[in-house]
Order: sequence, then C-alpha cells, then structure tokens
Amino acid sequence: MSIEVKIPAVGESISSGVVSVWHKKSGDFVNPGDALFTLETDKVSTEIVAENAGVLETKAAEGQEVKIGEIVAIIDDSKIAPQKAVPAEKKATPENKKKVPAPQETKSVAGAKQKSTEAEVLSPAVRRIIEEEHLEPAKISGTGRDGRLTKGDALASVESKENKEDRKDRQAQPGNDRFTRKKMSPLRRKIAAQLVMAQQTAAILTTFNECDMSAVQALRAKVQDGFTKKNGLKLGFMSFFIKATVEALKAVPVVNGRIEEEDFIQNNFYDIGVAVGTERGLIVPIVRDADKKSFVELELDIAGYAVKAREGKLKIEDLQGGTFTISNGGVYGSLLSTPILNPPQSGILGMHKIMARPVAIDGKLEVRPMMYLALSYDHRAVDGKDAVTFLVKVKECIEDPKKLPLDF
Amino acid sequence: MEKFDVVIIGSGPGGYIAAIRAGQLGLKTALVEKDKELGGTCLNVGCIPSKALLTSSDHFMFAKKEAVKHGIVIDGVNVDLGRMQQRKDKVVKTFTGGVRALMKTNKVTTFEGFGTITAPGKVSIKSSKGDTQEIDTKNIVIATGSAPVELPFAKFDGKTIVSSTEALTFTEAPKKFLVIGAGAIGLELGSVWNRLGSEVTMLEFLPRIAVGFDLELSNLLQRSLTAQGITFHLETKVSAVKIDNSHATATATKGGEEMKFAADKVLVSVGRRPFSEGVCAEKIGVELDEKRRIRVDKHFRTNIEGIYAIGDVIAGPMLAHKAEDEGIACIEIIAGKSGHVNYDAIAGIIYTNPELAGVGLTEDQAKEKGMDVRIGKFPFRANSRALCNEDLDGMVKFVADAKTDRILGAHILQHAASELIAEAVSVIEFGGSSEDIGRTCHSHPTLSEAVREAALNVEKRALHILNR
Repeated sequence: MSIEVKIPAVGESISSGVVSVWHKKSGDFVNPGDALFTLETDKVSTEIVAENAGVLETKAAEGQEVKIGEIVAIIDDSKIAPQKAVPAEKKATPENKKKVPAPQETKSVAGAKQKSTEAEVLSPAVRRIIEEEHLEPAKISGTGRDGRLTKGDALASVESKENKEDRKDRQAQPGNDRFTRKKMSPLRRKIAAQLVMAQQTAAILTTFNECDMSAVQALRAKVQDGFTKKNGLKLGFMSFFIKATVEALKAVPVVNGRIEEEDFIQNNFYDIGVAVGTERGLIVPIVRDADKKSFVELELDIAGYAVKAREGKLKIEDLQGGTFTISNGGVYGSLLSTPILNPPQSGILGMHKIMARPVAIDGKLEVRPMMYLALSYDHRAVDGKDAVTFLVKVKECIEDPKKLPLDF
Repeated sequence: MEKFDVVIIGSGPGGYIAAIRAGQLGLKTALVEKDKELGGTCLNVGCIPSKALLTSSDHFMFAKKEAVKHGIVIDGVNVDLGRMQQRKDKVVKTFTGGVRALMKTNKVTTFEGFGTITAPGKVSIKSSKGDTQEIDTKNIVIATGSAPVELPFAKFDGKTIVSSTEALTFTEAPKKFLVIGAGAIGLELGSVWNRLGSEVTMLEFLPRIAVGFDLELSNLLQRSLTAQGITFHLETKVSAVKIDNSHATATATKGGEEMKFAADKVLVSVGRRPFSEGVCAEKIGVELDEKRRIRVDKHFRTNIEGIYAIGDVIAGPMLAHKAEDEGIACIEIIAGKSGHVNYDAIAGIIYTNPELAGVGLTEDQAKEKGMDVRIGKFPFRANSRALCNEDLDGMVKFVADAKTDRILGAHILQHAASELIAEAVSVIEFGGSSEDIGRTCHSHPTLSEAVREAALNVEKRALHILNR
C-alpha cells in the first residue's frame, strides 16, 4: 500500500510553506520517525518525519512551495527490506498514480492559467522538463520564436535552479561590489510583512521607564549556587521579567488582550512570547501559562527553546498564540528601543542593557546597575495611563523582587 | 504617370512574391520583367520544368522497373518524349499564367522590358520592340536573379555545350550525356536523361557530389545513382571541351591521369552567378561584393537609399524559396513593418530519386565550428510505410546540440525527402529540440515516422532499430 505524505497543518495562520531540504531521497527506505524533509514556513522551519516504514517517493522538489495538505511524497510500505534504491518510476503503479494527483501537475496548470493563452502551449520537450523539474514556465525567459520557451531555455533554468547559490552570488556582483542582491528567505519575507502589517494596523506608541537591577542581582547572587546545584541550570534575568510581566498584566489586564475587529478580547491566561534572535531571524517561542510556572520551570522553558531554535527544531505550535511578548535587545547592547508589536497582541515589553549609571537615591548620587524599560502598546486598546501603570508595576517588581512569588 | 511606391525588377519567385506582398499591403507596385513570361528562371527554365521532367521520368522508371514488384505487369513501356515535353511546357504555362493573374488580382502593374535604374527613384524600361519608358518610384527592389556560370574552355553554344535551360528541352535523349558539375542541377538533369535512355557520365572537381549537403547522405545518393546507371568521376578536372561535327570530346585529368569523354551533349552545371549587370546598379553606385553580388544589409538595403535587393543577386544560397522569403521580408520592411528571414531554416533539396534534402548544419559543418553535437539517424528500411511502398532507400539524420538538444540540422535521403524535410524546418524555425519531435505523435504508417525515430535516436531511444 502507498501512504501519502502530506504537508501537516502547522498552525492557524499558515497556509503554505517551502520544502527546503529533503533528508531522504526517492528510493530510500525510511523508518517511522525518520526526518523526511524540512518544511520552511513564514514562522519557522520544522522537520517532517515519516509515520510509517517503506520506500519513499518524493513528489515535490526542494525549494518548491507547498500548501497545507498537499502530497509531497508517497511511502510504499509494500517494500519492507531496506534494499537498494528502487527507481521511482517502477514504484508508481498506475493505480496509485490515479489516486495521487501529482502536485506538480496541478501546480503547472495553475501557473499556466495566469499566462496568456498562447504561452500556455509548450513544446513537448519543454513540457516534460517543466513537469519533471517543477519549474514555473512563467518565470523562464524564452529565446525561441516570439519568446517561446525552447528545451535549451528549460534546461538552462534547471541548471540555474541547481546552482542557485552560485547564481545568486554571480548575480549579486554584476561587475562591481557596490551592491549585493540576495533573495530574502521566506522567513525573512514573512517577518518583513508582519512588521509592516503591525505598524499599519495598530496605533503603536511606546512608553519608557527604567529600573534598578541591584535587588535582582543581589538576589541572584545569593541563590545562584543553590539554584544551579538543584536544577542544573542558571537562574537568569528573563524569569524575573516574565514573573514581573505577569504581575503587571494582572494589575493592568487590558495589556493582555487584543482587538479583533470591533471586539476587544481579554485573555485570562498568560502565554508570554520571548523573542529570540536566531541565524534565520527573530522568532518568538511562547512560554505557556507563565503565571502558573515556577522560576525553575520558566528557566527550563527558555533554555529548551534556545536549544531548539539553534538547531532549527522549533515547532509551529511553539510559536503560536502568545498573549504578550518580551523582547530583550539588551543582549546585543541596546540601551533603549521602541519594539514593534507582535500582532494581534496589544503590548510588548522591551528589556535593555544593564548599565552602571549614576542615579539619585534618597538625594544622593549613586552608581547603580540600571536598565531602561520600554512598553510599546496598541493605543487603540490600551490607554496611556494603563501603559504607564503597567511599566511602573514591572519596575516595582524588579526593584523589589519580594513582590514576586519567589519559589526557589 | 503616377509615382509607384515600389518597382520590382525581375519577376522570378523573389520578385513576383514581393509584388504580391506589396499589393497585399496596399503599395502601388510595378513589376518589370525582361522576358515575355513572368516567373523568371524558376518557373520557365528552372525548378518547375525540371520537376515536371523529373516526375515524368520517375513515373517511367516506376512503370519500367518498379511496377512489376507490385505485381503490375506492363509490357512495352515506352517514352513519347514529345508528349512529355509538351506536358512540361503546359505545366510551365499554367504556372506563369497563374502568376500573371495573381499580378492582376493584387493590382500590380507589370512592364515587359529590360529594367534599368537610371537614378534613385527612376527605372527605365526598354521593351523588346525597342521603345523605352521611364517610371518614377519611391523604392526599387532588384530581384534580377542569377545566370548559369560559363566555363571559359567550354562556352555555351546552345546545341552541344548547354546550360540547364537547353538541357530541359532536348527533343531526343542524347546517346552520351556528359555533365560537368555534380551539384543539384547536374544531378537532377543527369537523372532525367539517364532515366530517359542516355548514357550519363558526371564529372566533378571535388571528391564528393552534392557539395553543401550532408556527406554521408551524399555518398549514399551517389551509390543509388550509380546503381541506376550513372557513371561518376570525382576529383576530375575538365580542361577542354572540343566540338567536332556536333560531337563533343572533353579532356579531363583525374589523379594526374588524362581522360577523354565523348558526348553528344555536354551540360555545364558548375553553378550560377548573380545577374547583377545590366540593371545599371553599378553606374549609379550600388555596391557589389567580391563575387559581384549586390551588397545589402540585414534589411535588404543597398548602400543607396530607396534601392533594395533580394534573391540570387545577393549573398546566400541561390534558392527560390530563400528569394521568396527575402521578397516578403523586404516589402514588409519597405512598408514599415518588421521583416525577417531565418537563414538557419532554409532547406536545400536535390530532386533525384531518392531525393536529398537538408536544412541547417551538417554534421561536418557543426564539427568544423567546434560545436558539441549529438547525431540521430534512422534508415527507411526500418520504416513501415517505406516497406509498403517498396521504397527502402535512404535515411533521416539529425544534428542536435549536445547540451540544449536544439536541432541544428536535419538531413533526409528518401524518395519523398523534399516533403519530409518541412517538419524539421518548422521545428528549427521554432528553436525546437530533437526531443520535441520525438515527443510528437506521428501518424502510422507514414514515412514521417522515420523522422521521429531519427529524432529519438539522438537520445538513443529510437524504437525500431538498435540504438547506437
């Protein structure tokens, strides 16, 4: 029997992705749990694993955009022994071919539809290459009569696809090095679109404050050894800020809500996104029910996400459904910034670099480890008073951590 | 008289087609022809009468030698050469009359007389009666064609030493027919008279026949024609032709050895030269090239504004269909449109049996250019229809770019090669690949399947032969 490998539903706002890398190729024998390919979506790249054993036949090319539910491979479980690679042709029996409309076929039809009637007609050799190599005829420039595609054009397109990276480099330097042009990754493009969308949708405003980190630093210094010994990981600042944020959100619930058309939706749970910079761009895994988690649990969550992010193994569900976000530009040295909202959330807290600065304490000049705080908020939902109150609450909790439920 | 938009000098296939196109585009057009009949060399003393005789003599050969293979027994098959020639004349007359009618329907004014360009925009026409008139025009297209090349030691006398013109009108088959030059014209007329009873000897200076065509197929053609009774002497240089009492003796050397060839008729078919003199193009400063062809740019413009030239009188293969396409393109350019001729997609054909047809590059030409090519071949003996037809001679050969698979050349040796080549020409015109032909459904059983098979053989996947 042949089992179809479909693109799983990876999240509510995700309808398509890109098969970025096949880890197995057609003819390979795969076992359940084997990573088949990496699916890159606008939010994250994730590995899709085999659910049953059998011989794989891939149906989508690397770099191909695929829709949720699209069949990208077939696993033929009638072949049990992991023998030599079986040619893909022989495996596709007429029967399962009928059942499984090759995705590239539907795709090429759809692609062709956008073009003029004349251009839909491809020469037989070109048609074959387009289908086999999953090319978009519209994207190939034709050198034939009246701009028609020749087999040579199609082959050149295949070659340029295979040497994509080379080609990019070459294109990037057309004779000088004053410009370098590079296609943005789907992730980057999505980030760009999201940011612009956020700016255009919400009425974003930022309010600032600062906090003295002395108390938290002192507390950490005091409990660090015991904490590390007991839990196997260090107590960081982030868990304090998550806890402080939860306290502040409880005090000013409106910041923990979102606008949906004409309604305001109040979230009564505390799923806090923690922005993490990765090689591939900024991603925001969610610490779930932060209000119910201990410091240890929070630290474990954050550490776990950091590892996953570094290895590109974050799952879509890790990134979905946060109610509020904390962004720490301080790790890169930022002293002050105005974060952009992560829609549809109504608030984002910006943490910054801790810097020893002179401050007046009880009328006396003292040098303290200071951090500026910023809260960007959607002014449509959140009033200035609420925002300022929220930030003051965070400040108070950090400066006097005893206000937090210290449970270590 | 009203000023013409365009005056075309010469009514051969280049000129008359240009006139039709000009008429279609609404240009006020004149066509000047020195001869009484329109149509030039091709219609009157070239392609058309030669094909009429080739077909007639081919039918004779069928009746005499092939019919019996089909179980058709024809006793006492004879040729009535008079009637054969009459039919040929009728074919020519029908065609030239048709051209005249086409000039009328396309509102083209025809002038009988020798056209001379006296100045840009002025053409003087001297009729056969001796009177001269001058017409004004915005544009002039020189389409004066070509004439047979004469050998200095064997000047045409119209009786014994003849050009193709006279070789089409013999009233009896010469006993011994000597042909100097084994190109298209020599091979075709040599075939005609060989079939009609002459003892034909062909002398060729080069080590091969049909120069310009694929060597492998040319050699196969030579083998077929030899089997039909024609004697070939290659690498043979003719140095003299003596006439004595209407009989000719040609002296030639072959490999340092002197040879003598006796003949009743000698056809000199060593090529054609551009007919660029007389139109006075030179007098008014139209540039010629080193071969005395009129020099034109890509848009058929001479160095003088308003004067264009097309066909045999300019560079390129001397082919009627090349002249036609240039005529169309030239007129379209004059009319302000874009005209273009793709010289890579012009087939050359020799109408022998089997016919030899070729378009684009030959295998050797491609290799000389240092191109990396792949070859696909298919013999007609493996083709179903050829077998039914009892016509197994020949093969199809493709030359395709090794990387892009684009068809660079196609060559066919077959009784119907002249028709079969058209498919390859179309595909070449569209920049197609051998795979494009290989993936196109060809009707069964047809000779055209061999074209597809040869295309498949480029990628070594022909179906009815072992692919090598």
